[in-house]
Amino acid sequence: MAVIGPSGAGKTSLLRVLGTALRPTRGGLTIGGSDPWRLARPALRRLRARIGTVHQAPPLPPRQRVVTAVLAGRLGAWGFWKGFASLAHPLDIAGARAALARLDLDERLFDRCDRLSGGQLQRVGVARVLYQRPDLILADEPVSALDPQLSDLTVGVLATEAQARGVSLVASLHAVDLALKWFPRIIGLRDGTIAFDLPPARVTRPMLRELYAAESRVVPTQDNEPVALPDARPRAVAGAPPLCR
Amino acid sequence: MSARPFIAAPWAVLAAAVAASAASFAYLGVDFIALFTGDSASQMARFAAGFFPPDLSPEFVARTGRGVAETLAISALGTILAAAGGALLALPASGRWSVWLRPPARLVLNVLRAIPELVWAVFMVLAAGLGPFAGCLALAVHTSGVLGRLFAETLENAPPEPAAALRNAGSGATVAFLYGTLPVVLPQYVSYALYRWEYNIRMAAVLGFVGAGGLGQMLYVSLSVFKTHEASTLILAMIAIVTVVDVASAWLRRFLGS
Amino acid sequence: MSAAVLPVPRDPALGTRLVLVAVALLLLWPAIELAEFDPRKLADPGTLAVMGRFLSTFFPPATSPEFLALVLRSTIETLALATAGMTLAVLLGLPLAMLVSESLSTSRIGPARHAWLGLAARLPVRAVLIFMRSIPEIVWALLFVRAVGLGAAAGVLAIGISYAGMLGKVYFEIFESGDTRPARALLESGSARVHAFAYGIVPVALPELVSYTVYRWECAIRASVVMGFVGAGGLGQQMELSMRMLAGGEVATMLLAFLALVMIADGVSALLRRVLV
Repeated sequence: MAVIGPSGAGKTSLLRVLGTALRPTRGGLTIGGSDPWRLARPALRRLRARIGTVHQAPPLPPRQRVVTAVLAGRLGAWGFWKGFASLAHPLDIAGARAALARLDLDERLFDRCDRLSGGQLQRVGVARVLYQRPDLILADEPVSALDPQLSDLTVGVLATEAQARGVSLVASLHAVDLALKWFPRIIGLRDGTIAFDLPPARVTRPMLRELYAAESRVVPTQDNEPVALPDARPRAVAGAPPLCR
Repeated sequence: MSARPFIAAPWAVLAAAVAASAASFAYLGVDFIALFTGDSASQMARFAAGFFPPDLSPEFVARTGRGVAETLAISALGTILAAAGGALLALPASGRWSVWLRPPARLVLNVLRAIPELVWAVFMVLAAGLGPFAGCLALAVHTSGVLGRLFAETLENAPPEPAAALRNAGSGATVAFLYGTLPVVLPQYVSYALYRWEYNIRMAAVLGFVGAGGLGQMLYVSLSVFKTHEASTLILAMIAIVTVVDVASAWLRRFLGS
Repeated sequence: MSAAVLPVPRDPALGTRLVLVAVALLLLWPAIELAEFDPRKLADPGTLAVMGRFLSTFFPPATSPEFLALVLRSTIETLALATAGMTLAVLLGLPLAMLVSESLSTSRIGPARHAWLGLAARLPVRAVLIFMRSIPEIVWALLFVRAVGLGAAAGVLAIGISYAGMLGKVYFEIFESGDTRPARALLESGSARVHAFAYGIVPVALPELVSYTVYRWECAIRASVVMGFVGAGGLGQQMELSMRMLAGGEVATMLLAFLALVMIADGVSALLRRVLV
């Protein structure tokens, strides 16, 4: 599902709560049938290993190499010794390259992160989550630094990955047209509450204008053209129920 | 016409310093005049003359060379151990493990730092016997305090986001640290350690005075039996080491680029 | 979705890392040999017993009135040692720095007929300064103990000589880095070099000179204690005696006195330097 809304609506907070990075002060959270904040530490770690987060500003150490950064996605599953060994010599170069290739970044495999542009770094963050193969993918503005073509490619990769593996994907996006194009469920967020929760076909122009009214008179899109409401190309999620409610 | 303001402070300090100096000399009661005249002076002159020429026999030069190598080894091993110890102590001292551990860790670091290397060397000679191992341990212990404090500051300034993101993806705390924080702090750690190694080479040369090996121990022995020619060679070796290290590090710094 | 299967690329950093590890091991092994690194020595039961007894005597620290009086006397002796030594260092270092300083060079402003003479005089002075500070101060202390006997005299001379070298170098740098125009103007109008120094350079350089000298005095206090271990008087000499007798309580008291002394000196030094800025 895609989460859209103006700045300050709470999109990042929502994703952080879903990713167990932020503890809710009120209300409850159920992931995979249990409240994560009631779990014992080892169980919580195992749960977190099944959740992959793409951050808007990728938290990558500047001098780390891309291959190591991508492989870090599976640290939750690898444990201490494998993780330690991979620092000396990357254990799965082929796997890292495959993940990067899907984002058109495989020639940067052995470069240092501080030699990459902002957009390339964002894609490395996405590659890390792809490599992790989580059961829940959370993406916080994953394409904010990418040009329209790469944005479309990247969101497409995330959406098809979720579909192909039958896992849940929750992405917050600033460009409404991207959301409408790739996601079968659009959630509009405003001031911390859900304004609407609809398939793209049922999202109307007045709804969007009202959603973004406080921010601007124009609904934000990838290339700043007026948003084209799609003529029913909903992509059905194949089978698997969402991991969280 | 502007009068230059009379800055009183430096002159007042100067006056106080002169008074303090006079008082110090009076307190010590050393008769410097007697020291530098007559018998005493000729004795000193003979002592000084004994240093020329330095003992350059192949056998002693070889021993001096070994002393130099031993000194370098002491300083290198000591600094490496200190870097490891300091890195370890920096973790609680930066407050990363728990806020409660921070003050005791900092206290340990301060105690290690405050006690001079030579005093540590005397302890270590007691604990490990005479020889370079004691010097190595003394440097390791003292420098752990120094480096630990520097490392802790570096750690405190390191961004927590990379490691936090990894922990949030199910990684254990240690690996998250290795992948997320270490790459950021390691270059600074290495820089501090190299800088301290330079200083430790000078230190390693003199710790031998209390029995901790290296050129210092040889010098102490030579002077004790009044073999001033040997002492002269050893002192020349010390000067050489210090000079070479100074020049090499300046060159290295320029080469690695500022 | 099948793509052409490319061979798995090799990690380019692997070669470098292996070489680095090999070099490190190659250097580490002889270092361990040379340093006689042997942790088992620490576990030797004999020395462990001695150390245990020694450490157990650390608490409580010795506090008998006669001993405290001794510690106080030694501490004051260290203080006096450091101050007298610094005085000597300044008295030696300042003229040497003036000699080497080119801001007082008359050959720079006028016909340089005898320029080489100035250079020939400066070079050996610089060499002497380098010699004085390249020899660690504790080596000077040991030399002077052998030359003039145990006690504070050796310490004063050791600090005097070695710190004169350091002060000389830094004073020289301060002279050169300040505004040298007043001095030059005085030289050009014909005043003697000493006058040019007193009226041209001193007013500009004095705060910095005093500031560095105070900082060095603080270092001298620490150095004085360390020198005491080779017999140059003060707190260090007493500490060495107590250690040799394995009197832990006395060592503990003296260590605390040392820490207090260092803290006070640090405070005084910071205060003085703040006053001067």
